[in-house]
Amino acid sequence: MKTAINRRTFLQGSLAGAAAATVSLGKNTEAATFEGYPDAMGVLVDLSRCVGCRSCEAACNREQKLPAPEKPFNDFSVFDEIHHGQKRRTDETRYTIVNRYDIPGREHPLFRKIQCNHCLEPACLTSCFVNAYTKTPEGAVIYDSSVCVGCRTCMVACPFYIPTFRYSSAFKPRIMKCVFCHDTRLTKGLPPACVEACPQEALTFGRRTDLVAAGKQRIRENPGNYVDHLYGEHEAGGTSWMYLSPAPFEQVGIDTTVPKEPILNYVKDFLSIVPMVLTIWPALFAGFHLLATRKDKMAEQKKNEGEV
Amino acid sequence: MKTSPRAVITAAVVMLAWALHPGSPGFGQEALDIHDAPATVRIDSLADLYEPVEFSHKRHERLAPCKDCHHHTTGHQDMDPNCVRCHAHSPASTVVSCKDCHTRRQFSPEQVRATDNPNLYHIDKPGLKGAYHLACVPCHIEKNAPSDCEGCHAMTDKGRAFFHLDAKAKDKAKAGTGH
Repeated sequence: MKTAINRRTFLQGSLAGAAAATVSLGKNTEAATFEGYPDAMGVLVDLSRCVGCRSCEAACNREQKLPAPEKPFNDFSVFDEIHHGQKRRTDETRYTIVNRYDIPGREHPLFRKIQCNHCLEPACLTSCFVNAYTKTPEGAVIYDSSVCVGCRTCMVACPFYIPTFRYSSAFKPRIMKCVFCHDTRLTKGLPPACVEACPQEALTFGRRTDLVAAGKQRIRENPGNYVDHLYGEHEAGGTSWMYLSPAPFEQVGIDTTVPKEPILNYVKDFLSIVPMVLTIWPALFAGFHLLATRKDKMAEQKKNEGEV
Repeated sequence: MKTSPRAVITAAVVMLAWALHPGSPGFGQEALDIHDAPATVRIDSLADLYEPVEFSHKRHERLAPCKDCHHHTTGHQDMDPNCVRCHAHSPASTVVSCKDCHTRRQFSPEQVRATDNPNLYHIDKPGLKGAYHLACVPCHIEKNAPSDCEGCHAMTDKGRAFFHLDAKAKDKAKAGTGH
């Protein structure tokens, strides 16, 4: 014999389920902003020191076994290249590039190295639904191509436009981005190849906490030489790579509208509801449906019984 | 040239005094007189992608005071108010070359952990490569002296491979076949 659902049991069960879900979700959403692994490494980029020699680009190309460049790395005509109205950017053949910025009122141009900033709470990582990204305790944001499905959401999520896609390969497409030389160097306690190559020590490698102190000391001890801001200390929730600049950051092509909190925070509230919607709603509405159609069923059952 | 016995004795006495008081600022300063500096210094400790630099010390003596490159180590007081806080009375040092203070193992794990010492003031001291270039390049840019890499040191074969100098040749060859 078929047993109709008992209204009391159903309500009890669904209430208990909802309560359990809320409690477990509450724990997650209440977690404080992640401030980074304590001994994680970082790099301080000092734009007042960079002379645009492109040694970092050459070192990265060799270390990451990237394709040979179109122009030699000591060809400075690349600084004049404009692609789609923009200066050069990272792509599948180069994880890092240096651009030149001619700033009105300054006798000499400034140069800025661009690469993954290795956020403490990376938007690429949080946007990835197959967990292809990992923020390692050493500070790198690394990528696993073996699980990547190629959706490229990370490319949209990144506030710095860093992950790029290897469109040129039909069989081995994957995301291409700076990985802080994680496997080859960082895990061995060595600085990334670009840092080692820099003649001007425009790139300083160290523990992020030390770099924040050193960066602020440089600003303090060289009054007038720097804009009083360490870009990346708080931007996007904090980044492992941080910048010091002698000119306003927007003049060297740095996006100063990047929020001070992790990009994740903008979607956290919404995303925390998704599991609830997916787990509770089907049961809840199936229950409503069963309750709503119960009368009819009962009536039908009675009718049938009556007939018999 | 003939040396008088008196000069020999004087020299011996001076050397003895110096040996007995190596820390004495007066003698230290004398030992590091500008005229004792070599005319040229071959800077080769980091040569790899580039040839060593034949640095004309004599030429640069006329262009900048000693302290600009040597800080306080030659007995000339650094005027940077921040340095003066501790080094106002620092005696001349017997070591004056960059590599005596600036490490070539910058960013090695030991260097990274050096900041664990709470008494370390110089938490931001450049390594040897940084010290060389940060001492030379800004001044060269300011005074319109050569500031491109090969203005001071020629590239080695290893350097040419590192910078992919063959890339242009390939490019030209391609353009050539187009005709």
